[in-house]
Order: sequence, then structure tokens, then C-alpha cells
Amino acid sequence: MKIESLDPRITRAHIDDEAKIGELNGSEHFQTYEVFQQIKRGTHHQHVGNVHAPNAEMAMLFAKEQYCRRGAAVNLWVVKTADVFVTEYQDADIFETTEDKLYRDPNSYKVMDRINAFKARTNKV
Amino acid sequence: MEFTEKHVEGLKELLYKMADDLLIIGHRNSEWTGLGPMLEEDIAFSSMAQDKIGQSLALFELLHELGESDPDTVAFTRNAPQFHCSQLVELPIGEYDFSMVRHFFFDHAEAIRFDMLSESVFEPLAMVAKKFKGEIKYHTMHADVFMQKLAAGGEESFGKMQQAINDTFALALGMFEPGDFEAELIEAGIFAGEAELQRRWLDKVVPLLTSYGYMVPQVDGVEPAFGGRKGVHTPHLQPLLDEMTEVFSIDPGADW
Repeated sequence: MKIESLDPRITRAHIDDEAKIGELNGSEHFQTYEVFQQIKRGTHHQHVGNVHAPNAEMAMLFAKEQYCRRGAAVNLWVVKTADVFVTEYQDADIFETTEDKLYRDPNSYKVMDRINAFKARTNKV
Repeated sequence: MEFTEKHVEGLKELLYKMADDLLIIGHRNSEWTGLGPMLEEDIAFSSMAQDKIGQSLALFELLHELGESDPDTVAFTRNAPQFHCSQLVELPIGEYDFSMVRHFFFDHAEAIRFDMLSESVFEPLAMVAKKFKGEIKYHTMHADVFMQKLAAGGEESFGKMQQAINDTFALALGMFEPGDFEAELIEAGIFAGEAELQRRWLDKVVPLLTSYGYMVPQVDGVEPAFGGRKGVHTPHLQPLLDEMTEVFSIDPGADW
């Protein structure tokens, strides 16, 4: 039996409803590329997701349509996922004391006076 | 320079064939939505198909400003003989090799046509042409990368693409069928003409295809598939129009 669908394109394709759907082995999948998008020149690139692609040029084409269809962007990077060197989750304890080191944050500097003075100065210009 | 009646006629003819080409190829390419060879490409190809419909709308709006009916009426209530699209764009999507070669041939022609029109003395059209420059550039980049990669994708891949090029070349040349007002359009500075467009198109696509390793048929040995611009179409256009207008026809007066 051929598949009959409300979608005329499907009916036209004469697909046998008992046809076996092609299966891919692991090695037959395309590799993935991580996508980094820059919203504005001078700002840093931000990771936005990934795409499957057989090569970097096509990864770039796909990344543009997957991730930049609805928003502004000025630049894209794609990087083979396999080329990203990552930490192991079992080593997550290397980050554990980070939160205790508030003294490394610039929060407690008493600079508000100078910032306000700067703002007042530049507003006049 | 004041436009005469002939200039306006020629301008309308030009806008109709461009808008119809874009509407029909946009609709055809959207038929791949959900059926594309891989998810990412499905999305990219569908998105470009939507772009084409958007570009056709901009041109139908220019026609409306020149006194033609509104875009929906023009797009959805004409029959095949009233369409001015080339036969290239109306053919069924076939296999991906044909759709890709058509995309390559069509989009390079469109990119060059819009580039030429960005200098048109008819400013509203020049503005539309400039507006879509980047969008069309991506479309040609997409086509170029696919044509290049599929040429290098092994014997089967190359063979299919080469065959599709051979089969599609006469249809592609049909895009450059001269209109009835070529001289008037050129004289007024509205558009530099189909012959010039074809010359620039060949200068672009032949070296590209050759660099990817394909053979390109000799123009002299090919009979261009003319007729579309004059309303002479293949049997494939009317069924496409019937399908495209099916929902509109249920209630033509409906507000969307």
C-alpha cells in the first residue's frame, strides 16, 4: 500500500507504507560542529548550539540558517565538536571553592563616587 | 527623463516576470520542507524558499503601486497562461540534484539581475534590489558550496550533478527570454536587458562550474526553453497553482 496523506507532497512521493526506513550506523552520521555567534563587532562570540555537517563550509551555511535567522549577527565561528577539549565532570571539584573567594570580585571597591562623577561629567558633553 | 507608456508597460512586464519567478520557485522549493536530505539542510532550504516568497511580495507591491491589483489577488487568482515565470521554476522538484542545480542557476541569475537593478532609474525597484542583496548573497553561497561539495563527493554524486546540469541548462537559458520592451527599458535606464543579464550570468556560472570540475554545455548548441515569459508553460504549472491557491480559494475575501 502507498501512503495516502492530506499533504499532497507525501501522496505524490508514492511511499510504500511497509518500506523499511533506512537506518544509519553510528559511523554514518555526520560529525557535529559547535556554533559561536557574534552579535556586534568587538563583543565576544557566544556559543549558541551545534549543527550536523559533513564539512566546515556546510556547517557554516547551516549555522547561519539555524541560529541567525531571526536576530542580528555580524560573525560566526564553527568548530568541530571533536576539537573542543573539555573538562571531565568527575573533576568538577576543581571549581568547588570558587564561590568562597568573594574577595577576588571587584564588588567591594568604594568607587561609586568616582563613577557618579564620571557620569555627571560625560553627560554634560 | 519622463517615462512614456511603453516604459511603464516594459517595467510592469519586468516586475511580473521577476515576481512570478520568485513566487513559483519559492513555492516549489518549499515542497522540500520536511522531506529534505537532513534536518539542517531542510531548515536552510525552507528558509530560503520563504525568502523567495518575501521577495516576490515586495515586487508585487511595486506592481500594486503602478496600478495593478493587490498582491494576494495577483498571486492567487491567475491561471497558468497569465503567469510570466520561466519554465525552469515551474518544474516539479524532482530529485535533490535537479533542485540544487536549479537553485544554483536561478539564484545566480537573480543575484545579477538585482545587482543590475540596484542602479535602475526607477528608484523604488533599485531600493528593493538593494534591500535583498545580502539575502540573495547567502542563497548563492549556499548553492555554490553544495555544487562544489557534490562535485567532489565521488563518482555517483558527480555523475548525478553533471547529468542534472546537462538536463537543466536549456531551461536555465529560458530565463533570459527577451521581453517586448527590451530597447525601451535599456534606453530609459530602467534595466540593462536580458541579453546583458545572460552574458553576465554565463561569465559567472561557467567559470564556477568549471572550477568545481563540471562540464558546461555550449550555449550555441542549446535551444533555450523560451515561452514562459509569454504565458506558454509546461503542464506542471497549473497543478502547482491549484495546490498553492487551494486555501485562498475557499474564501477569497477572508482576512488573514
